[in-house]
Amino acid sequence: MPKYKAAGMTRRELYEHQQRRRSLIIAGISTICVVVTIIFLVPLAPGWEKVQKSFFNGAVLTKTFPKLLDAFRVNIMIFAWSAPAIAILGLMIALARDAKSPALFPLRIFGAAFTDIFRGVPVILTVYLIGFGIPGLGLPRPWNSPFIWGSLALILTYSAYVAEIFRAGIDSVHPSQRSAALSLGLSERQVMKDVILPQAIRNVVPSQMNMLIALQKDVSLLSFIGPVEIFRQAGVYKSLFANFTPYVGAAIIFLIVTIPATRYADYLMARQMRERR
Amino acid sequence: MSKKMIVSAVALALLATNAFAGGHCASGKTLEKGKFTIATGNPAYFPWVMDDAPESGQGFEAAVGYAVAKEMGFAKEDVVWVRSSFDEAIQPGVKNFDVNMQQYSITDERDQVVDFSVPYYTAPMAVLVGASATGTAATIEALKNLKWGAVGSTTAVQKIANSVKPNNAPLLYADNADVNAAITANQIDAAMFDLPTALFLSAVMIEGSKVIGQFPSSESDDADQFGMLMEEGNPLKSCVDTALNSITKSGILASIEAQWLQDTTGVPLIK
Repeated sequence: MPKYKAAGMTRRELYEHQQRRRSLIIAGISTICVVVTIIFLVPLAPGWEKVQKSFFNGAVLTKTFPKLLDAFRVNIMIFAWSAPAIAILGLMIALARDAKSPALFPLRIFGAAFTDIFRGVPVILTVYLIGFGIPGLGLPRPWNSPFIWGSLALILTYSAYVAEIFRAGIDSVHPSQRSAALSLGLSERQVMKDVILPQAIRNVVPSQMNMLIALQKDVSLLSFIGPVEIFRQAGVYKSLFANFTPYVGAAIIFLIVTIPATRYADYLMARQMRERR
Repeated sequence: MSKKMIVSAVALALLATNAFAGGHCASGKTLEKGKFTIATGNPAYFPWVMDDAPESGQGFEAAVGYAVAKEMGFAKEDVVWVRSSFDEAIQPGVKNFDVNMQQYSITDERDQVVDFSVPYYTAPMAVLVGASATGTAATIEALKNLKWGAVGSTTAVQKIANSVKPNNAPLLYADNADVNAAITANQIDAAMFDLPTALFLSAVMIEGSKVIGQFPSSESDDADQFGMLMEEGNPLKSCVDTALNSITKSGILASIEAQWLQDTTGVPLIK
């Protein structure tokens, strides 16, 4: 009796099975080769010992890592209150740009100007200008806190991007759905709220995940106006120990958060592709 | 022998001992035999030299110059003052002075081309406060309640954490200009700088600000240290160092610093 019959497979299935195994083995060998080459060749570089000492110093890492984690709580805090505000403001801007009534034309202009300005200015400039500029007007404490105005800068910049993504989502819902809903007697408001937005928002979830990941990293820009978050804390340790390892430690902490988030965004994107097909 | 003669004899004897001490260490090593030539800036400024007149011995560097000369065995009238520009003195080459004092920070780069004595001044950390906090007393207790700021890459961060231990976490910035902006925006009350920087910022950069106190200077602050500048390979160096070490140990240097850099500048020591 032929082997493939014993395995309960057709001849074609057996062939595909073998092909898969072959490509797995090749992929494995090639990966091992690359990793081994890196592990053996990099330390042969003449400057490796110096680089290792100043970037991958175990003693410095263990000394600073707990404090870096502590400082990362500040990042999480700022992220936690900025993200919902960005989602709400972004959606409002998107709706403003999509206003159909002629009377609401000023709203459309405002929406367009908002996205143009805050997408066009580098985040760090917005953080500086709002973070030092507005408190400089003479606000009393605690209303001049860099946490408040720095977060506002992030919220304004990111809602400009997020609004554009929401708008793309709204546009992706076919116009015939709007016509159909209107012909059923729903008002413009109801059409937007109950027909278009639920689909639009679902369509853009993966893209918005990417914005969350980007925001998570950009929270560090607030360090320029005072808050001691992980990037500034790492900088303090860099100066104290004259060693760059704390920056590597900070990068590790960022990766621990961003890699799962990125994978999740990828997964959502792939699932959506499958559903659409 | 008359009384007058005895006094002069004693004075002569003292002078002789002094001259001997000077000859013992510095003889033949100075530019001009029996004279100690010190260069200062042109013009020389408050509080380092008062009224641009180092001969008066008034001002921190003028006073230190005379104290070192005395320790090396030179009489007051054997000290000769000359002027030099700042840059000219740190270039390699033959000098027209034995030592030069005009707030030269000791750096490795400069040490390649000229010689430095041991430091005669270590810039201490000082507290600069914005207009709203100028009434704060120069005590640790009062400083604890202020909102602090500093440049994140400097040792001021450690100074705040270890010496002040403020009740509120400090805010940290990338450079002096950002600290200025935060003080101006009233986001922080106080910032930590070394004293010369703090005096400069309060006088020139931040309106209404004031330097309210200085900490005792300490090695761990990693601050600027001023040294007497000499020609590279000057044999006088060991002699100058010995004299400086000796007036440091005897407390003479500290009392000169207290007189000219605490009392005169109006920046008291923090208690």
